[in-house]
Amino acid sequence: MIEVKDLKKSFGPKLAVGGVTFNVAQGEVLGFLGPNGAGKSTTMRMITGFIPPTEGSVKIGGFDIVENPLPAKRLFGYLPENAPSYHDMTVSGFLEFAAEMRGLSGDAKKRAVGAAVEKCFLQRVIHQSVDTLSKGFRHRTCFAQSIIHDPQVLILDEPTDGLDPNQKHEIRTLIKEMGRTKAIIFSTHILEEVDAVCSRAIVIDRGLIVANGTPAELRGRDEKAGAVLARFAGGPGEARDARGKIGALGGVAKVDVVSESPIVVRVHPKEGWNGADLANSIGEMAAKERWTLAELRLEEGRLDEVFRSITLGDRAGGKEDRK
Amino acid sequence: MSRIAPIKTIARRELAGYFASPVALVFIVIFLVVSGFFTFMISRFFERGEANLDGFFLWHPWLYLILVPAVGMGMWAEERRLGTLELLFTMPVTPWQAIVGKFLAAWAVLGVVLVLTFPIVLTVNYLGNPDNGVIVGGYVGSMLLAGSYLAVTAMTSAMTRSQIVSFLLAVVICLFLILAGWPPVTDLFTQWAPSWLVDTIASFSVMTHFESIQKGVLDSRDVLYFASVIGFCLFCTGVILRAHRAG
Repeated sequence: MIEVKDLKKSFGPKLAVGGVTFNVAQGEVLGFLGPNGAGKSTTMRMITGFIPPTEGSVKIGGFDIVENPLPAKRLFGYLPENAPSYHDMTVSGFLEFAAEMRGLSGDAKKRAVGAAVEKCFLQRVIHQSVDTLSKGFRHRTCFAQSIIHDPQVLILDEPTDGLDPNQKHEIRTLIKEMGRTKAIIFSTHILEEVDAVCSRAIVIDRGLIVANGTPAELRGRDEKAGAVLARFAGGPGEARDARGKIGALGGVAKVDVVSESPIVVRVHPKEGWNGADLANSIGEMAAKERWTLAELRLEEGRLDEVFRSITLGDRAGGKEDRK
Repeated sequence: MSRIAPIKTIARRELAGYFASPVALVFIVIFLVVSGFFTFMISRFFERGEANLDGFFLWHPWLYLILVPAVGMGMWAEERRLGTLELLFTMPVTPWQAIVGKFLAAWAVLGVVLVLTFPIVLTVNYLGNPDNGVIVGGYVGSMLLAGSYLAVTAMTSAMTRSQIVSFLLAVVICLFLILAGWPPVTDLFTQWAPSWLVDTIASFSVMTHFESIQKGVLDSRDVLYFASVIGFCLFCTGVILRAHRAG
Protein backbone atom coordinates (compact mmCIF):
# COMPACT_ATOMS: atom_id res chain seq x y z
CA MET A 1 0.00 0.00 0.00
CA ILE A 2 2.83 2.39 0.79
CA GLU A 3 5.87 2.37 -1.44
CA VAL A 4 8.66 4.71 -0.47
CA LYS A 5 11.53 4.79 -2.87
CA ASP A 6 14.86 6.48 -2.36
CA LEU A 7 13.30 9.43 -0.58
CA LYS A 8 15.62 12.36 0.02
CA LYS A 9 15.09 15.77 1.50
CA SER A 10 17.56 18.53 2.02
CA PHE A 11 16.86 21.87 3.64
CA GLY A 12 19.45 24.12 2.07
CA PRO A 13 22.81 22.42 2.56
CA LYS A 14 21.49 20.23 5.36
CA LEU A 15 20.47 16.72 4.38
CA ALA A 16 17.52 15.74 6.57
CA VAL A 17 16.60 12.47 4.90
CA GLY A 18 19.23 10.79 2.77
CA GLY A 19 17.59 8.09 0.72
CA VAL A 20 14.96 6.04 2.49
CA THR A 21 13.33 3.04 0.81
CA PHE A 22 10.69 0.72 2.24
CA ASN A 23 7.25 -0.77 1.60
CA VAL A 24 4.34 -1.34 3.88
CA ALA A 25 1.73 -3.91 2.92
CA GLN A 26 -1.84 -4.25 4.03
CA GLY A 27 -2.07 -5.92 7.44
CA GLU A 28 1.32 -4.65 8.46
CA VAL A 29 2.16 -2.24 11.27
CA LEU A 30 5.50 -0.60 10.68
CA GLY A 31 7.21 1.04 13.63
CA PHE A 32 9.36 3.94 12.65
CA LEU A 33 12.09 4.41 15.22
CA GLY A 34 14.93 6.78 15.62
CA PRO A 35 16.46 9.34 17.92
CA ASN A 36 15.12 12.89 17.92
CA GLY A 37 16.03 14.73 14.77
CA ALA A 38 16.71 11.52 12.84
CA GLY A 39 14.31 12.53 10.08
CA LYS A 40 11.21 10.61 11.14
CA SER A 41 8.80 13.53 10.93
CA THR A 42 10.34 14.84 7.72
CA THR A 43 9.91 11.43 6.13
CA MET A 44 6.30 11.25 7.25
CA ARG A 45 5.62 14.74 5.94
CA MET A 46 6.96 13.68 2.58
CA ILE A 47 4.92 10.49 2.58
CA THR A 48 1.75 12.48 3.28
CA GLY A 49 2.58 15.06 0.64
CA PHE A 50 2.88 17.98 3.03
CA ILE A 51 6.41 18.72 1.92
CA PRO A 52 7.74 17.81 -1.51
CA PRO A 53 10.73 15.44 -1.56
CA THR A 54 14.00 16.67 -3.00
CA GLU A 55 14.41 13.29 -4.68
CA GLY A 56 12.63 9.97 -4.78
CA SER A 57 8.99 9.02 -4.84
CA VAL A 58 6.13 7.94 -2.63
CA LYS A 59 3.19 5.89 -3.82
CA ILE A 60 0.09 5.30 -1.75
CA GLY A 61 -2.19 2.60 -3.11
CA GLY A 62 -0.38 3.01 -6.43
CA PHE A 63 -0.93 6.80 -6.64
CA ASP A 64 2.13 9.02 -6.63
CA ILE A 65 1.76 11.61 -3.87
CA VAL A 66 3.37 14.36 -5.95
CA GLU A 67 1.93 13.57 -9.38
CA ASN A 68 -1.50 12.53 -8.28
CA PRO A 69 -2.02 13.91 -4.78
CA LEU A 70 -5.81 13.86 -4.41
CA PRO A 71 -6.49 10.14 -4.96
CA ALA A 72 -3.43 9.32 -2.83
CA LYS A 73 -4.56 11.63 -0.02
CA ARG A 74 -8.04 10.13 0.01
CA LEU A 75 -6.54 6.77 0.96
CA PHE A 76 -4.77 7.72 4.15
CA GLY A 77 -5.41 9.29 7.50
CA TYR A 78 -2.64 11.27 9.10
CA LEU A 79 -1.86 12.26 12.64
CA PRO A 80 0.83 14.96 12.45
CA GLU A 81 3.38 15.46 15.19
CA ASN A 82 1.97 17.36 18.19
CA ALA A 83 -1.57 16.53 17.02
CA PRO A 84 -2.72 19.94 15.81
CA SER A 85 -6.40 20.87 15.77
CA TYR A 86 -8.51 23.99 15.40
CA HIS A 87 -8.83 25.44 18.87
CA ASP A 88 -11.93 27.47 18.14
CA MET A 89 -14.03 24.39 17.33
CA THR A 90 -15.80 21.83 19.46
CA VAL A 91 -14.67 18.23 19.25
CA SER A 92 -17.77 17.24 17.29
CA GLY A 93 -17.46 20.29 15.03
CA PHE A 94 -13.85 19.43 14.29
CA LEU A 95 -14.60 15.80 13.54
CA GLU A 96 -17.54 16.76 11.32
CA PHE A 97 -15.25 19.11 9.44
CA ALA A 98 -12.72 16.31 8.97
CA ALA A 99 -15.47 13.95 7.79
CA GLU A 100 -16.76 16.49 5.28
CA MET A 101 -13.28 17.09 3.97
CA ARG A 102 -13.14 13.36 3.36
CA GLY A 103 -16.29 13.60 1.30
CA LEU A 104 -18.69 12.21 3.89
CA SER A 105 -22.08 13.81 4.43
CA GLY A 106 -25.46 13.16 5.99
CA ASP A 107 -25.86 9.84 7.77
CA ALA A 108 -22.48 8.52 6.69
CA LYS A 109 -20.87 11.55 8.31
CA LYS A 110 -22.82 11.08 11.53
CA ARG A 111 -21.90 7.40 11.68
CA ALA A 112 -18.24 8.13 10.98
CA VAL A 113 -18.06 10.77 13.72
CA GLY A 114 -19.86 8.47 16.15
CA ALA A 115 -17.53 5.56 15.43
CA ALA A 116 -14.38 7.67 15.76
CA VAL A 117 -15.62 9.22 19.01
CA GLU A 118 -16.25 5.78 20.42
CA LYS A 119 -12.93 4.31 19.33
CA CYS A 120 -11.00 7.21 20.81
CA PHE A 121 -13.06 7.52 24.01
CA LEU A 122 -14.13 11.09 23.37
CA GLN A 123 -17.77 10.81 24.46
CA ARG A 124 -17.18 12.87 27.57
CA VAL A 125 -15.82 15.91 25.74
CA ILE A 126 -17.73 15.80 22.48
CA HIS A 127 -19.38 19.21 22.94
CA GLN A 128 -16.36 20.85 24.52
CA SER A 129 -14.25 23.38 22.69
CA VAL A 130 -10.85 21.98 21.72
CA ASP A 131 -8.91 24.70 23.54
CA THR A 132 -10.47 23.67 26.86
CA LEU A 133 -9.28 20.08 26.51
CA SER A 134 -6.34 18.46 28.26
CA LYS A 135 -3.41 17.36 26.15
CA GLY A 136 -4.49 13.73 26.13
CA PHE A 137 -7.95 14.57 24.84
CA ARG A 138 -6.59 16.95 22.22
CA HIS A 139 -4.28 14.23 21.06
CA ARG A 140 -7.07 11.71 20.79
CA THR A 141 -9.26 14.25 19.00
CA CYS A 142 -6.64 14.60 16.31
CA PHE A 143 -6.21 10.84 16.26
CA ALA A 144 -9.97 10.46 15.76
CA GLN A 145 -9.71 12.82 12.81
CA SER A 146 -7.17 10.54 11.17
CA ILE A 147 -9.38 7.44 11.34
CA ILE A 148 -12.69 9.16 10.64
CA HIS A 149 -12.99 7.87 7.08
CA ASP A 150 -11.76 4.37 7.98
CA PRO A 151 -8.74 4.76 5.71
CA GLN A 152 -6.78 1.86 4.29
CA VAL A 153 -3.53 3.56 5.24
CA LEU A 154 -2.71 5.25 8.52
CA ILE A 155 0.31 7.43 9.09
CA LEU A 156 0.78 8.37 12.71
CA ASP A 157 3.54 10.62 13.96
CA GLU A 158 4.11 9.76 17.62
CA PRO A 159 0.55 8.72 18.35
CA THR A 160 1.19 8.05 22.04
CA ASP A 161 3.23 11.14 22.79
CA GLY A 162 1.97 12.99 25.85
CA LEU A 163 -0.58 10.38 26.87
CA ASP A 164 -0.80 8.77 30.28
CA PRO A 165 -0.06 5.02 30.57
CA ASN A 166 -3.72 4.01 30.33
CA GLN A 167 -4.31 6.13 27.27
CA LYS A 168 -1.11 4.82 25.70
CA HIS A 169 -2.37 1.32 26.22
CA GLU A 170 -5.73 2.15 24.62
CA ILE A 171 -4.16 3.75 21.59
CA ARG A 172 -1.74 0.85 21.14
CA THR A 173 -4.54 -1.65 21.35
CA LEU A 174 -6.44 0.36 18.76
CA ILE A 175 -3.46 0.54 16.41
CA LYS A 176 -2.81 -3.17 16.76
CA GLU A 177 -6.42 -4.00 16.05
CA MET A 178 -6.60 -1.74 13.02
CA GLY A 179 -3.26 -3.09 11.82
CA ARG A 180 -4.91 -6.36 10.89
CA THR A 181 -6.70 -4.79 7.95
CA LYS A 182 -4.78 -1.59 7.23
CA ALA A 183 -1.29 -0.56 6.37
CA ILE A 184 0.03 1.50 9.26
CA ILE A 185 3.20 3.46 9.79
CA PHE A 186 3.78 4.99 13.16
CA SER A 187 6.77 6.72 14.59
CA THR A 188 7.82 6.55 18.17
CA HIS A 189 10.83 6.59 20.37
CA ILE A 190 9.24 4.38 22.96
CA LEU A 191 10.71 0.95 22.33
CA GLU A 192 8.18 -1.08 24.25
CA GLU A 193 5.61 0.02 21.67
CA VAL A 194 7.50 -1.78 18.99
CA ASP A 195 7.03 -5.09 20.78
CA ALA A 196 3.48 -4.30 21.72
CA VAL A 197 2.24 -3.19 18.33
CA CYS A 198 4.54 -3.59 15.34
CA SER A 199 4.89 -6.41 12.92
CA ARG A 200 8.02 -4.77 11.58
CA ALA A 201 10.29 -1.94 12.61
CA ILE A 202 12.64 0.40 10.84
CA VAL A 203 15.31 2.30 12.69
CA ILE A 204 16.36 5.54 11.10
CA ASP A 205 19.33 7.60 12.14
CA ARG A 206 20.47 10.87 10.64
CA GLY A 207 18.25 10.37 7.64
CA LEU A 208 19.23 6.80 6.81
CA ILE A 209 17.71 3.42 7.56
CA VAL A 210 20.08 1.56 9.87
CA ALA A 211 17.89 -1.44 10.64
CA ASN A 212 14.78 -3.02 9.16
CA GLY A 213 13.17 -6.20 10.49
CA THR A 214 10.68 -7.80 12.82
CA PRO A 215 10.99 -6.90 16.51
CA ALA A 216 12.45 -10.38 17.15
CA GLU A 217 15.07 -9.92 14.44
CA LEU A 218 16.02 -6.56 15.85
CA ARG A 219 16.32 -7.99 19.32
CA GLY A 220 18.53 -10.71 17.87
CA ARG A 221 21.03 -8.05 16.95
CA ASP A 222 21.72 -7.49 20.61
CA GLU A 223 24.98 -9.28 21.46
CA LYS A 224 23.35 -10.56 24.62
CA ALA A 225 20.64 -12.29 22.63
CA GLY A 226 20.93 -16.07 22.95
CA ALA A 227 23.20 -15.87 26.00
CA VAL A 228 22.32 -17.70 29.21
CA LEU A 229 22.00 -15.82 32.44
CA ALA A 230 22.60 -17.80 35.61
CA ARG A 231 22.07 -16.48 39.12
CA PHE A 232 23.24 -18.57 42.04
CA ALA A 233 21.69 -18.55 45.49
CA GLY A 234 24.60 -20.51 46.92
CA GLY A 235 27.34 -22.84 45.81
CA PRO A 236 30.37 -21.50 44.07
CA GLY A 237 32.48 -19.79 46.71
CA GLU A 238 33.54 -17.02 44.36
CA ALA A 239 32.37 -15.76 41.02
CA ARG A 240 35.58 -16.72 39.26
CA ASP A 241 35.17 -20.36 40.37
CA ALA A 242 31.84 -20.45 38.58
CA ARG A 243 33.34 -18.66 35.64
CA GLY A 244 36.20 -21.09 35.36
CA LYS A 245 34.10 -24.20 35.61
CA ILE A 246 31.36 -23.02 33.29
CA GLY A 247 33.92 -21.70 30.85
CA ALA A 248 35.31 -25.22 30.55
CA LEU A 249 31.98 -26.55 29.26
CA GLY A 250 31.71 -27.33 25.57
CA GLY A 251 30.23 -24.61 23.39
CA VAL A 252 30.92 -21.71 25.72
CA ALA A 253 32.52 -18.74 24.05
CA LYS A 254 32.73 -16.37 26.97
CA VAL A 255 31.53 -16.04 30.54
CA ASP A 256 30.87 -12.55 31.92
CA VAL A 257 30.49 -11.92 35.59
CA VAL A 258 27.49 -9.63 35.95
CA SER A 259 27.51 -9.44 39.72
CA GLU A 260 29.72 -10.85 42.51
CA SER A 261 27.18 -11.07 45.28
CA PRO A 262 24.87 -12.75 44.60
CA ILE A 263 26.88 -14.42 41.89
CA VAL A 264 25.40 -13.79 38.46
CA VAL A 265 27.11 -14.82 35.25
CA ARG A 266 26.19 -14.42 31.62
CA VAL A 267 27.32 -17.27 29.38
CA HIS A 268 27.69 -16.59 25.67
CA PRO A 269 27.46 -19.65 23.43
CA LYS A 270 29.94 -20.25 20.63
CA GLU A 271 28.83 -19.66 17.08
CA GLY A 272 26.50 -22.44 16.02
CA TRP A 273 25.72 -23.53 19.56
CA ASN A 274 22.27 -23.36 20.98
CA GLY A 275 21.66 -21.31 24.12
CA ALA A 276 19.05 -23.75 25.37
CA ASP A 277 21.46 -26.71 25.26
CA LEU A 278 23.97 -24.58 27.08
CA ALA A 279 21.43 -23.83 29.79
CA ASN A 280 20.87 -27.57 30.19
CA SER A 281 24.53 -28.34 30.63
CA ILE A 282 24.88 -25.48 33.13
CA GLY A 283 21.95 -26.93 35.04
CA GLU A 284 23.56 -30.36 35.09
CA MET A 285 26.86 -28.96 36.22
CA ALA A 286 25.15 -27.03 39.02
CA ALA A 287 23.47 -30.23 40.22
CA LYS A 288 26.79 -32.09 40.15
CA GLU A 289 28.66 -29.34 41.97
CA ARG A 290 25.78 -28.82 44.43
CA TRP A 291 25.29 -25.20 43.48
CA THR A 292 21.86 -23.77 44.09
CA LEU A 293 20.53 -22.02 41.03
CA ALA A 294 18.13 -19.16 41.77
CA GLU A 295 17.60 -18.31 38.14
CA LEU A 296 18.62 -19.73 34.81
CA ARG A 297 17.27 -18.18 31.68
CA LEU A 298 17.91 -17.60 28.03
CA GLU A 299 18.31 -13.92 27.21
CA GLU A 300 16.21 -12.48 24.39
CA GLY A 301 18.17 -9.40 23.74
CA ARG A 302 16.83 -5.96 24.48
CA LEU A 303 15.55 -3.51 21.94
CA ASP A 304 16.89 -0.51 23.78
CA GLU A 305 20.38 -2.03 23.70
CA VAL A 306 20.08 -2.64 19.98
CA PHE A 307 18.70 0.83 19.47
CA ARG A 308 21.56 2.37 21.39
CA SER A 309 24.21 0.36 19.64
CA ILE A 310 22.99 1.09 16.12
CA THR A 311 22.19 4.76 16.60
CA LEU A 312 25.11 5.65 18.85
CA GLY A 313 27.58 3.05 17.60
CA ASP A 314 28.16 4.62 14.24
CA ARG A 315 28.34 8.01 15.78
CA ALA A 316 31.68 7.15 17.32
CA GLY A 317 32.89 4.95 14.48
CA GLY A 318 31.90 5.20 10.86
CA LYS A 319 31.18 8.86 10.58
CA GLU A 320 32.91 9.12 7.24
CA ASP A 321 30.87 6.59 5.35
CA ARG A 322 27.66 8.54 5.79
CA LYS A 323 27.36 11.75 3.93
CA MET B 1 -16.33 14.72 -4.71
CA SER B 2 -16.86 17.90 -6.65
CA ARG B 3 -14.33 20.66 -6.71
CA ILE B 4 -16.67 23.06 -4.98
CA ALA B 5 -17.52 20.88 -1.98
CA PRO B 6 -14.16 21.25 -0.19
CA ILE B 7 -14.26 25.01 -0.76
CA LYS B 8 -17.66 25.16 0.88
CA THR B 9 -16.54 22.98 3.78
CA ILE B 10 -13.49 25.13 4.41
CA ALA B 11 -15.44 28.38 4.05
CA ARG B 12 -18.07 27.16 6.48
CA ARG B 13 -15.44 26.16 9.02
CA GLU B 14 -13.78 29.55 8.74
CA LEU B 15 -17.07 31.41 9.10
CA ALA B 16 -17.92 29.38 12.18
CA GLY B 17 -14.47 30.29 13.49
CA TYR B 18 -15.07 34.01 13.00
CA PHE B 19 -18.40 33.92 14.75
CA ALA B 20 -17.39 31.46 17.48
CA SER B 21 -15.10 34.10 18.95
CA PRO B 22 -16.22 37.64 19.69
CA VAL B 23 -13.85 38.86 16.96
CA ALA B 24 -16.41 39.21 14.19
CA LEU B 25 -18.87 40.86 16.54
CA VAL B 26 -16.32 43.34 17.81
CA PHE B 27 -15.37 44.26 14.25
CA ILE B 28 -18.97 44.73 13.23
CA VAL B 29 -19.64 47.05 16.15
CA ILE B 30 -16.44 49.03 15.66
CA PHE B 31 -17.03 49.47 11.95
CA LEU B 32 -20.62 50.57 12.40
CA VAL B 33 -19.79 53.02 15.18
CA VAL B 34 -16.74 54.50 13.48
CA SER B 35 -18.30 54.73 10.03
CA GLY B 36 -21.35 56.36 11.62
CA PHE B 37 -19.14 58.82 13.40
CA PHE B 38 -17.27 59.79 10.25
CA THR B 39 -20.40 60.02 8.14
CA PHE B 40 -22.41 62.13 10.52
CA MET B 41 -19.82 64.12 12.44
CA ILE B 42 -17.02 64.66 9.96
CA SER B 43 -18.82 64.47 6.62
CA ARG B 44 -21.75 66.32 8.20
CA PHE B 45 -24.30 64.12 6.46
CA PHE B 46 -27.32 66.08 7.67
CA GLU B 47 -25.89 69.56 7.23
CA ARG B 48 -24.86 68.87 3.64
CA GLY B 49 -28.43 68.33 2.66
CA GLU B 50 -27.47 66.12 -0.29
CA ALA B 51 -29.40 62.95 -1.04
CA ASN B 52 -26.39 60.67 -1.58
CA LEU B 53 -23.97 58.50 0.38
CA ASP B 54 -20.72 60.09 -0.81
CA GLY B 55 -19.93 61.16 2.72
CA PHE B 56 -20.38 57.57 3.86
CA PHE B 57 -18.33 55.73 1.22
CA LEU B 58 -15.63 58.40 1.30
CA TRP B 59 -14.20 56.88 4.47
CA HIS B 60 -14.24 53.24 3.47
CA PRO B 61 -10.71 53.04 2.03
CA TRP B 62 -9.43 54.36 5.36
CA LEU B 63 -11.66 52.32 7.64
CA TYR B 64 -10.86 49.15 5.73
CA LEU B 65 -7.18 49.94 6.04
CA ILE B 66 -7.40 48.84 9.67
CA LEU B 67 -10.48 46.66 9.68
CA VAL B 68 -9.70 44.31 6.80
CA PRO B 69 -6.14 43.36 7.83
CA ALA B 70 -7.50 42.78 11.33
CA VAL B 71 -10.09 40.34 9.98
CA GLY B 72 -7.69 38.53 7.66
CA MET B 73 -4.41 38.57 9.56
CA GLY B 74 -4.93 35.14 11.10
CA MET B 75 -6.06 33.46 7.90
CA TRP B 76 -2.82 31.55 7.32
CA ALA B 77 -0.61 32.80 10.15
CA GLU B 78 -2.80 31.02 12.67
CA GLU B 79 -2.82 27.78 10.66
CA ARG B 80 0.94 27.89 10.60
CA ARG B 81 1.23 28.69 14.30
CA LEU B 82 -1.12 25.89 15.36
CA GLY B 83 0.29 23.40 12.85
CA THR B 84 -3.15 22.82 11.35
CA LEU B 85 -1.71 23.75 7.97
CA GLU B 86 -0.18 20.28 7.93
CA LEU B 87 -3.55 18.76 8.66
CA LEU B 88 -5.32 20.84 6.02
CA PHE B 89 -2.79 20.21 3.26
CA THR B 90 -2.66 16.47 3.84
CA MET B 91 -6.41 16.22 3.40
CA PRO B 92 -7.67 15.68 -0.14
CA VAL B 93 -7.89 19.34 -1.12
CA THR B 94 -5.86 21.36 -3.54
CA PRO B 95 -4.16 24.48 -2.18
CA TRP B 96 -6.32 26.75 -4.33
CA GLN B 97 -9.47 25.25 -2.87
CA ALA B 98 -8.21 26.07 0.60
CA ILE B 99 -7.10 29.56 -0.43
CA VAL B 100 -10.39 30.39 -2.11
CA GLY B 101 -12.48 28.88 0.70
CA LYS B 102 -10.72 30.88 3.36
CA PHE B 103 -10.81 34.04 1.31
CA LEU B 104 -14.53 33.77 0.61
CA ALA B 105 -15.33 33.20 4.27
CA ALA B 106 -13.46 36.30 5.38
CA TRP B 107 -14.98 38.28 2.53
CA ALA B 108 -18.42 37.17 3.64
CA VAL B 109 -17.71 38.50 7.14
CA LEU B 110 -16.88 41.87 5.58
CA GLY B 111 -20.05 41.58 3.50
CA VAL B 112 -22.08 41.08 6.67
CA VAL B 113 -20.52 44.21 8.13
CA LEU B 114 -21.43 46.14 5.01
CA VAL B 115 -25.00 44.82 4.90
CA LEU B 116 -25.49 45.97 8.46
CA THR B 117 -24.97 49.58 7.36
CA PHE B 118 -28.39 49.43 5.66
CA PRO B 119 -30.00 51.95 8.05
CA ILE B 120 -28.08 54.69 6.34
CA VAL B 121 -29.66 53.73 3.01
CA LEU B 122 -33.09 53.83 4.63
CA THR B 123 -32.26 57.20 6.18
CA VAL B 124 -31.20 58.84 2.96
CA ASN B 125 -34.25 57.44 1.17
CA TYR B 126 -36.50 58.74 3.91
CA LEU B 127 -34.99 62.20 3.91
CA GLY B 128 -34.55 62.73 0.21
CA ASN B 129 -34.69 61.18 -3.21
CA PRO B 130 -31.30 59.61 -3.88
CA ASP B 131 -30.18 57.77 -6.99
CA ASN B 132 -30.27 54.23 -5.60
CA GLY B 133 -28.32 52.93 -8.59
CA VAL B 134 -25.38 55.02 -7.47
CA ILE B 135 -25.79 53.70 -3.93
CA VAL B 136 -25.72 50.10 -5.16
CA GLY B 137 -22.62 50.98 -7.17
CA GLY B 138 -21.13 52.38 -4.00
CA TYR B 139 -21.72 49.14 -2.17
CA VAL B 140 -20.32 47.04 -5.01
CA GLY B 141 -17.22 49.24 -5.10
CA SER B 142 -16.87 49.04 -1.35
CA MET B 143 -17.12 45.24 -1.44
CA LEU B 144 -14.51 45.02 -4.20
CA LEU B 145 -12.25 47.32 -2.25
CA ALA B 146 -12.61 45.18 0.86
CA GLY B 147 -11.86 42.09 -1.24
CA SER B 148 -8.67 43.63 -2.58
CA TYR B 149 -7.40 44.53 0.88
CA LEU B 150 -8.37 41.08 2.07
CA ALA B 151 -6.41 39.38 -0.71
CA VAL B 152 -3.39 41.48 0.24
CA THR B 153 -3.87 40.38 3.85
CA ALA B 154 -4.18 36.73 2.81
CA MET B 155 -0.82 37.07 1.11
CA THR B 156 0.90 38.71 4.08
CA SER B 157 -0.72 36.20 6.40
CA ALA B 158 0.85 33.33 4.47
CA MET B 159 4.27 34.90 4.93
CA THR B 160 4.49 34.59 8.69
CA ARG B 161 3.19 32.75 11.71
CA SER B 162 2.73 36.02 13.58
CA GLN B 163 -0.62 37.72 13.16
CA ILE B 164 0.84 41.09 14.16
CA VAL B 165 3.52 40.98 11.48
CA SER B 166 0.91 39.95 8.95
CA PHE B 167 -1.35 42.83 10.04
CA LEU B 168 1.39 45.45 9.79
CA LEU B 169 2.59 44.25 6.39
CA ALA B 170 -0.97 44.29 5.06
CA VAL B 171 -1.57 47.82 6.36
CA VAL B 172 1.61 49.08 4.69
CA ILE B 173 0.78 47.49 1.34
CA CYS B 174 -2.83 48.69 1.43
CA LEU B 175 -1.67 52.16 2.40
CA PHE B 176 0.52 52.18 -0.70
CA LEU B 177 -2.48 51.12 -2.78
CA ILE B 178 -4.42 54.08 -1.39
CA LEU B 179 -1.71 56.71 -1.56
CA ALA B 180 -0.58 55.98 -5.10
CA GLY B 181 -3.67 57.79 -6.35
CA TRP B 182 -4.31 60.20 -3.53
CA PRO B 183 -4.20 63.84 -4.76
CA PRO B 184 -1.62 65.07 -2.21
CA VAL B 185 0.70 62.31 -3.44
CA THR B 186 -0.06 62.58 -7.15
CA ASP B 187 0.44 66.35 -6.87
CA LEU B 188 4.02 65.66 -5.88
CA PHE B 189 4.53 63.95 -9.21
CA THR B 190 2.54 66.26 -11.47
CA GLN B 191 5.03 69.06 -10.88
CA TRP B 192 7.88 67.26 -12.61
CA ALA B 193 6.79 63.92 -14.03
CA PRO B 194 5.18 63.48 -17.43
CA SER B 195 1.46 63.04 -17.16
CA TRP B 196 1.50 59.42 -18.47
CA LEU B 197 3.74 58.41 -15.55
CA VAL B 198 1.45 60.09 -13.07
CA ASP B 199 -1.50 58.32 -14.63
CA THR B 200 0.24 54.97 -14.55
CA ILE B 201 1.10 55.31 -10.87
CA ALA B 202 -2.37 56.58 -10.10
CA SER B 203 -3.91 53.67 -11.99
CA PHE B 204 -2.32 51.29 -9.47
CA SER B 205 -4.27 53.00 -6.76
CA VAL B 206 -7.50 51.63 -5.42
CA MET B 207 -8.68 55.22 -5.00
CA THR B 208 -9.07 56.10 -8.66
CA HIS B 209 -11.02 52.91 -9.32
CA PHE B 210 -13.03 53.12 -6.15
CA GLU B 211 -14.04 56.70 -6.83
CA SER B 212 -15.01 55.99 -10.39
CA ILE B 213 -17.33 53.19 -9.23
CA GLN B 214 -18.69 55.57 -6.57
CA LYS B 215 -19.87 57.87 -9.33
CA GLY B 216 -22.28 55.12 -10.33
CA VAL B 217 -20.40 54.02 -13.41
CA LEU B 218 -19.62 50.32 -13.16
CA ASP B 219 -16.78 50.34 -15.67
CA SER B 220 -15.46 46.91 -16.59
CA ARG B 221 -11.91 48.25 -16.31
CA ASP B 222 -12.45 49.14 -12.66
CA VAL B 223 -13.96 45.76 -11.90
CA LEU B 224 -11.12 44.13 -13.80
CA TYR B 225 -8.64 46.10 -11.70
CA PHE B 226 -10.05 44.83 -8.42
CA ALA B 227 -10.40 41.31 -9.79
CA SER B 228 -6.75 41.36 -10.86
CA VAL B 229 -5.56 42.62 -7.48
CA ILE B 230 -7.52 39.83 -5.78
CA GLY B 231 -6.39 37.22 -8.29
CA PHE B 232 -2.76 38.26 -8.17
CA CYS B 233 -2.58 38.36 -4.38
CA LEU B 234 -4.28 34.98 -3.99
CA PHE B 235 -1.92 33.53 -6.56
CA CYS B 236 1.01 34.91 -4.53
CA THR B 237 -0.54 33.36 -1.42
CA GLY B 238 -0.37 29.98 -3.14
CA VAL B 239 3.23 30.52 -4.20
CA ILE B 240 4.25 31.59 -0.69
CA LEU B 241 2.53 28.63 0.94
CA ARG B 242 4.20 26.25 -1.47
CA ALA B 243 7.59 27.81 -0.90
CA HIS B 244 7.09 27.53 2.83
CA ARG B 245 6.26 23.84 2.59
CA ALA B 246 9.19 23.14 0.30
CA GLY B 247 11.44 24.49 3.08
